[in-house]
Amino acid sequence: MTTSFIHPALILMIGAVILPFIKEPFRKLYLCSVPILTFLDVIYLSWHPGVHGVVTFMGDWTLTFGRVDSLSMVFGFIMALMAIIGTVYGLHVKDNLQHIAAWFYVSGSLGAIYCGDYLVLFLFWEMMAFASTFLVWFNKEDGALAAGYRYLLVHTFGGVVLLLGFVLRYQATGDLSFVQMDEQHTQLYTWLIMAGLMLNAAVPPLHSWLPDAYSKATVTGAVFMCAFTTKTAIYTLARAFAGFDILIVLGVVMAIYGIIYAMMENDIRKLLGWEIVSQVGYMVTGVGIGTALAINGACAHAFAHILYKGLLFMAAGSIIHATGKSKFTELGGLYKKMPSTLFFMVIGGVSVSAFPFFSGFVSKSMIISAGFEEHLLLAGFLLSLVSVGTFLVAGLRLPYLIFFGENRCSEETWAKAEDPPWNMHLAMAAAAFLCFFIGTYTPFLYNMLPYTDATYHPYGGYHLSETLQILAFTALAFVFLKDKLGAKATISLDLDWFYRMGGRGFLWLAQYPIQWVDTAWGTAYRVVGLYSLMTTARFWSWFDWHAIDGVVDGSARCIRAIGRRVTIVLQRGQIQQTIYISVTFAALILISYVWL
Amino acid sequence: MIVNLIDFLKERLQAVKVCCYIGIAVILVWSVVGVDTHHAHTWLEKHLPGFWSIFGILACVVLIYFARWFGKSGIMTREDYYDN
Repeated sequence: MTTSFIHPALILMIGAVILPFIKEPFRKLYLCSVPILTFLDVIYLSWHPGVHGVVTFMGDWTLTFGRVDSLSMVFGFIMALMAIIGTVYGLHVKDNLQHIAAWFYVSGSLGAIYCGDYLVLFLFWEMMAFASTFLVWFNKEDGALAAGYRYLLVHTFGGVVLLLGFVLRYQATGDLSFVQMDEQHTQLYTWLIMAGLMLNAAVPPLHSWLPDAYSKATVTGAVFMCAFTTKTAIYTLARAFAGFDILIVLGVVMAIYGIIYAMMENDIRKLLGWEIVSQVGYMVTGVGIGTALAINGACAHAFAHILYKGLLFMAAGSIIHATGKSKFTELGGLYKKMPSTLFFMVIGGVSVSAFPFFSGFVSKSMIISAGFEEHLLLAGFLLSLVSVGTFLVAGLRLPYLIFFGENRCSEETWAKAEDPPWNMHLAMAAAAFLCFFIGTYTPFLYNMLPYTDATYHPYGGYHLSETLQILAFTALAFVFLKDKLGAKATISLDLDWFYRMGGRGFLWLAQYPIQWVDTAWGTAYRVVGLYSLMTTARFWSWFDWHAIDGVVDGSARCIRAIGRRVTIVLQRGQIQQTIYISVTFAALILISYVWL
Repeated sequence: MIVNLIDFLKERLQAVKVCCYIGIAVILVWSVVGVDTHHAHTWLEKHLPGFWSIFGILACVVLIYFARWFGKSGIMTREDYYDN
């Protein structure tokens, strides 16, 4: 089988490299066909499970690029599908670099999903981080550059922690394979690897990068980003850390934390970012519970989440694309101008809120049920509480503040507001259809899940009644309390305060104390060092002049004086006398030589 | 089409509200009378009629007021906070 293995990531990468050479009228066709080809490759791989693409590297390392099993199949499928939807959504974007960055980003995700060892994982992990940074940097908005740098720095830190973890593990066990960790015998490297993976899943306290960067990315970039980084991280956690109890606690904390911040948020995409944190919290909890039903639930929820969150980000992107505004305080009452965007946003909203017949209903409840079945009552009830918050935020607050209620648009915004171009419509329609399809025809998703023996039936009377009661009374409460969730022109401080202000503190430290020390040192050097140096130099100069030169010159003068005397006494200019003295002198030397 | 539908409903806001209240009442009555709670996970769910309705309302109140309190405790701040 190895010979016919073509890595799906490779198709996207080669496609991205060739893209600049493709000109209209073929460009749009080409843009669609590369992710479709990737998707077909993923389908082909799912018919051939096993380990492919094993390469020997530097003698004794084996790199595994293609581990195709039930867990990687479902994630590969949804990632490739989302690549098609995202590319169609961005079809109108003329800048090739944006498509190239997005495709490399998806390649990183697919590579990480199909990899079998930590070296390959790390390679694709870093590729994801770098490629996605460009999706932030391509946005020309104020603050995007800085947000991109923060995103890159945080992910580089996460990558280094992961690297440290698996290198320590290699040193201890000589093993690089990316498999389930042993919960009973945890080592430092276990926690380091877990922290590295958790940073990408935005688990608190390593989560602040997500709302920060996603709200600053390009309109199309954010649609890609909302799908790949966190869900790839969920895949890796499910692969290596299924059943680790600490993930249950962190997941529940994350779900609550995200929803509280989403309730306070004023920026649409930041709100959706916070809600990703919240929803990924369900998945982290599912991975932490670790039973067959819980892992299935985490996978199903990741699958459903990519589609409805993609849809919500696409609808939010349509609003930003048309109006250039992303804050509730600058929007409102837009249903008259953007009715189909409203429609798609509501579909996304009811899917995430787990309305019956929509995707969240069949996926989220698996995790909550798994929690109750394991008698984790507190976790089960807290996650149900977050479901209430999810409906409040994404199903009610978001559409209400954008499309209904008070019109806070400026005249210019109102004039610019219109439904997006056909390609954005098409992508949103596809995602909306899939949200509905998954929620209605459950075997489509359930047959893809890794554990075939864990069966789950969401359309029971009790589950329906539970969900409908929660939704109905949440809506009722919203009607009475909606003013408390109104639009306010604020930002919410989060843990990124520490590194943002920490960075500023460092700058302050560099500007003031360190600069002061430097200046003081310069002055001290000038005053003390230079003066003493000059004094010493002057002394040596004096010494040189008077002592050394005095001795040398003195001897020279002495010799000159003797010479002059000799000349005066002996060389009187009479040749006989000079010959006489010379011969006498020579004779004296000769006699001395002979006799002595 | 969507705009017309929304405008149509907005003009008859009172009727829409009544329909919603009836809908909520139907859900509640059905949940209390018609749903078998024997397979519920906890004692409360089995024995408290309309448990999830109460849960929903309480959860909303708790979340909304907690978020407000939390935001006002200094977490929500001016937009140019990070600008120099």
